[in-house]
Amino acid sequence: MSLTELSAAELLQRLRSGEVSATDAAKACLDRIEQVNDRVNAIVRVDRAKVLEDAGKVDQKRAAGQPVGALAGLPVVVKDLLCTQGEPTTCGSRMLRDFSPPYDATAVAKLRSADGVILGKANLDEFAMGGSTESSIFGPTRNPWDTSRVAGGSSGGSAAAVAASLAPLAIGTDTGGSIRQPAGLCGITGLKPTYGRISRYGLIAFASSLDQIGPMAHSAEDCALLLEVLAGHDPRDATSVDRPVPQYRESLITPLKGLKLGVVKDHFGAGLDEEVAAAVERAIDVYRSLGAEIRDVALPHGRYGVATYYVIAPCEASSNLARYEGVHYGYRTDEGQLLAELDAERKQLLAAGDKRAAENLDTALVRMYRKSRSEGFGPEVKRRIMLGTYALSAGYYDAYYVKALKVRRLIRQDFDRAFEQVDLIVGPVTPSTAFKIGEKTNDPLAMYREDLYTVTANLAGIAGIAFPCGQSKAGLPIGVQLQSPPFQEETLLRAAHQFQMATDWHKRRPALEK
Amino acid sequence: MSLTRQDVEKVALLARLRLSTNELDALTEQLSKVVGYVEQLGELDTEGVAPMAHAVEVTNVFRDDAVQPSLPREQALASAPHHDDACFLVPAVLGD
Repeated sequence: MSLTELSAAELLQRLRSGEVSATDAAKACLDRIEQVNDRVNAIVRVDRAKVLEDAGKVDQKRAAGQPVGALAGLPVVVKDLLCTQGEPTTCGSRMLRDFSPPYDATAVAKLRSADGVILGKANLDEFAMGGSTESSIFGPTRNPWDTSRVAGGSSGGSAAAVAASLAPLAIGTDTGGSIRQPAGLCGITGLKPTYGRISRYGLIAFASSLDQIGPMAHSAEDCALLLEVLAGHDPRDATSVDRPVPQYRESLITPLKGLKLGVVKDHFGAGLDEEVAAAVERAIDVYRSLGAEIRDVALPHGRYGVATYYVIAPCEASSNLARYEGVHYGYRTDEGQLLAELDAERKQLLAAGDKRAAENLDTALVRMYRKSRSEGFGPEVKRRIMLGTYALSAGYYDAYYVKALKVRRLIRQDFDRAFEQVDLIVGPVTPSTAFKIGEKTNDPLAMYREDLYTVTANLAGIAGIAFPCGQSKAGLPIGVQLQSPPFQEETLLRAAHQFQMATDWHKRRPALEK
Repeated sequence: MSLTRQDVEKVALLARLRLSTNELDALTEQLSKVVGYVEQLGELDTEGVAPMAHAVEVTNVFRDDAVQPSLPREQALASAPHHDDACFLVPAVLGD
């Protein structure tokens, strides 16, 4: 069995015993990337020499008998939305194509101090806005199970990297489902922790009240390992919560007998693909056989989740992305061309006798902002900036933004009531299996509806995990989702792990070689 | 509610974007659809519901008022598209 097919836990065991060196593990992943990455386009940048240097340092530490971190020698892929000091961090955007941040994100710094080896940066939808990883300047990521289909998004590169065995561990981010949806579509395990569980410092902001970093891997056990490293309070992120980080791996083996699992009838209504529904029903049966008690719960405002999300997230995005103006960093339009263009417009207006319009022309500075932003951002990012700016503008703020914030509270209250009756909620991750590349790019609303089952967790700030529970007749992975009250990641990971002890869906790998 | 082309042009200026004719056409249609979709929120009675701006409603996170190292000027300037030794440079703001 090739090293790249091992789970992180299995690989870590071999690294610890000395059977495998960090350099061996890194080389195996680098070779695998060389062989298959061009078919999936999961990873956008690899610095082979730097990876081998980092891996070599871990080997030296071990050889010298020095203490090593929890991830010592494990290769990890990082979504290209997290800052890596001195190394390009692009967000999949022309705006930041040449940007190298002067500092590491806290999550990245924690990876490094745990002796994880950062293998490369993963593809994503531009600025994490999307559900298919098609809007990146690096081109679409392809689903390793069927390369004519999307990997999901926005953490599609991270998901495909794990699914294609390019790396055993990946970091993703989830604002409305961006870890769970691609995990579901690529047949891997992905956890969106509670809002505040992992520091967002150095995570390039999309919607600050919704964004959360999380682990992606083959199994719940591997996610638990990575979460232990990433979680915790950070003085540089005032919204990171100061409470102890459990040893998530320790409770994984506790049986599920007596666990109360809630099922929401609405989640199995119209719009859910039949094969997906059947696979999720079978997953619920597995839980029944593991001793869990299944109960009906209601989330009456859940169906307003997508509408609420597509007000709040664009509003926050329009504000966050105001920082890209071509002055401090990032792309700037050609200045000579800009001044010539303004001059020509002014002359044309004056020649036509329209003095007023000539006086109202953009100043050079405003035109520089506008041109830089318009040339630097892609269509979906512009769409969301426009939507958010509109919803926040005078006269619409109360009708859209404040209204959505009120519905957000109703959604949270639904969860609070449901979690008085059950420990976790179980249901689908996505309405269907992976769709074709290009299928939804011209229909934003169809793409937004992909987030139906995932956005409410972000709005409410609770935790959720997605993992494989079946395959369609066409051989595409089907995922199941569990959701928990805030800071119940232990229960989530345990329930996912117990499922994975009873099934082998998480062990299946795509036949990418064909 | 549907947006007019003029609405979209106005929002583009507020958002500091400059859209091509094609983009204006596409966005006028697409934004109208999305706004129409989110208007379903109007069905809900939210009288007396407190807006929820954040999932973790923490307030007043203080730290000691102590000087910490900050980004050196050279590093802060290094990523700028146009700068001199001390400043970020932009096109002239004041007219002649």
